[in-house]
Amino acid sequence: MPTFPAAFADLEPYADWALPSEGDRYAKRLDSSMDELQAFYDAVFPRLADSTTYLEGVPYEGMSEADQRLLWLFSSLVTVSFPVEVWRQPRVPDSGASSVDVVVEPH
Amino acid sequence: MPKFNKPDEGSWTEHFGLATTPSSYDDSISPDFYELERDAVFRKTWLNVGRVEQLPRNGTFFTKELDAARTAVILVRDMAGEIRAFHNMCRHRGNKLVWNDYPREETSGVCRQFTCKYHGWRYGLEGDLNFVQQEQEFFDLDKAAFGLVPVKVDVWEGFIFVNLDPEAPPLRESMGRLGAGLEGYRFDLMTQKHTYRAEIGANWKLFIDAFMEFYHAPVLHAKQATEEESRKLQGYGYEALHYDVDGSHAMVSSWGGMSPPKDESMVKPIERVLRSGLFGPWEGPDVGELPPGVNPSRHPAWGIDSFLFFPNFMLLLWKPNWYLTYHYWPTSYNTHIFETSLYFAPPQNAFERLQQELAVVTFKEYALQDGNTLEATQSMIETRTVTEFPLCDQEVMLRHLHTVTKQHVAAHQQAQPGTPVRVSAAS
Repeated sequence: MPTFPAAFADLEPYADWALPSEGDRYAKRLDSSMDELQAFYDAVFPRLADSTTYLEGVPYEGMSEADQRLLWLFSSLVTVSFPVEVWRQPRVPDSGASSVDVVVEPH
Repeated sequence: MPKFNKPDEGSWTEHFGLATTPSSYDDSISPDFYELERDAVFRKTWLNVGRVEQLPRNGTFFTKELDAARTAVILVRDMAGEIRAFHNMCRHRGNKLVWNDYPREETSGVCRQFTCKYHGWRYGLEGDLNFVQQEQEFFDLDKAAFGLVPVKVDVWEGFIFVNLDPEAPPLRESMGRLGAGLEGYRFDLMTQKHTYRAEIGANWKLFIDAFMEFYHAPVLHAKQATEEESRKLQGYGYEALHYDVDGSHAMVSSWGGMSPPKDESMVKPIERVLRSGLFGPWEGPDVGELPPGVNPSRHPAWGIDSFLFFPNFMLLLWKPNWYLTYHYWPTSYNTHIFETSLYFAPPQNAFERLQQELAVVTFKEYALQDGNTLEATQSMIETRTVTEFPLCDQEVMLRHLHTVTKQHVAAHQQAQPGTPVRVSAAS
């Protein structure tokens, strides 16, 4: 069974980024190299940029499983945009050992 | 040359009758002072422990650790729909009544009665002791005298507060003029919630200090903007639109031109695509007219108001109609648990959900920078190498917080016989 809606089949190689929790998405970012993050960003960012109309047509409540996974994938792009667009490293600079952990989040 | 008007006294600091001399942080590095704060502040003031949406129907409950106030509480909506609070403690042998797996971890759920894990004593949601295991083995046990110990509880605009002081004035009165100015804000519409939690190695007041001034923002968070925008922001420096104080509560009203930005090339690619950022989705939901306490100077460049309801509850209201809360729960003189919840109107579609995700994640990136900076501050002020620190007029709310905290402690000591630790009421 494909992970994403048919129109997004090209994103299948990045299916392991379709993670339901912000905490997991952030952990995967910290476990990745900048090359991996850049490759993910370069593949997924243009697809977000040209999918606004599609995403606006997906009702938040009651969306299909494929759309939910697509939403999680694009949520990972949000998490990955910081190292790629700003920090040039996976971790927030000067954040040391500090952590800020999600405890409640919507789907 | 100031960009925004200051009061006639020439400064906000003098306007509020605060000293302009260097400030001491002896209230943030002393275990003895913290012990006084626990009784003088955290056992005397209304503490926000949650919102009514956490108790959606009869029988729902959640627990809250209040280490600073020397207790832990249960909040529950009883079978008549009334919200009640109790010390989380069985009357038999003092076991913590409601917990799962780890006694120090908070929990929530739904039930018809509370059953103690130890010997099976059972309490109704109104606090009555209903069942005692092998009751006949006890000696003249009057069950009516062994109900759960209640805690004063009240609700303001959907926010649930408790107060350990049975003599405390009513909550609404305690919220004062700043609270009254926010009544009617559509907190009830903004139910899409993200909560974060962090253990911070600094005194609780130091983190409030960081969030009650934006003087640091163009510097510490410089990289969060594009390079050109960042240089511009550092050149401007920071000035608030407005400050206000009512008793121990305080607020700062701030500009924020990023929602939407005047020039989209000034923001990051992800922000351009999602039309969102730190200030939230650029086009927020329509929630009608804002109450008079929001954007009190009615400035067109307004972006965000930050309210501190003393001691440890902050409310931040953003121009695109969403809000967040900060809570600082001390666990010792130099540690605390920081909690923040971001509340949005529920998204209508997947795109709106992503716009909110960007605001949430941006906030987290900032908080990681802020939290670590605080540990760096705490560790050095504890050396007492330097004991007096100059504060500028844009740091007026820090001066206010430390001043009123010392005043609460001094007043509490005056009301108590004995002479524990000396504190000066001035900052």
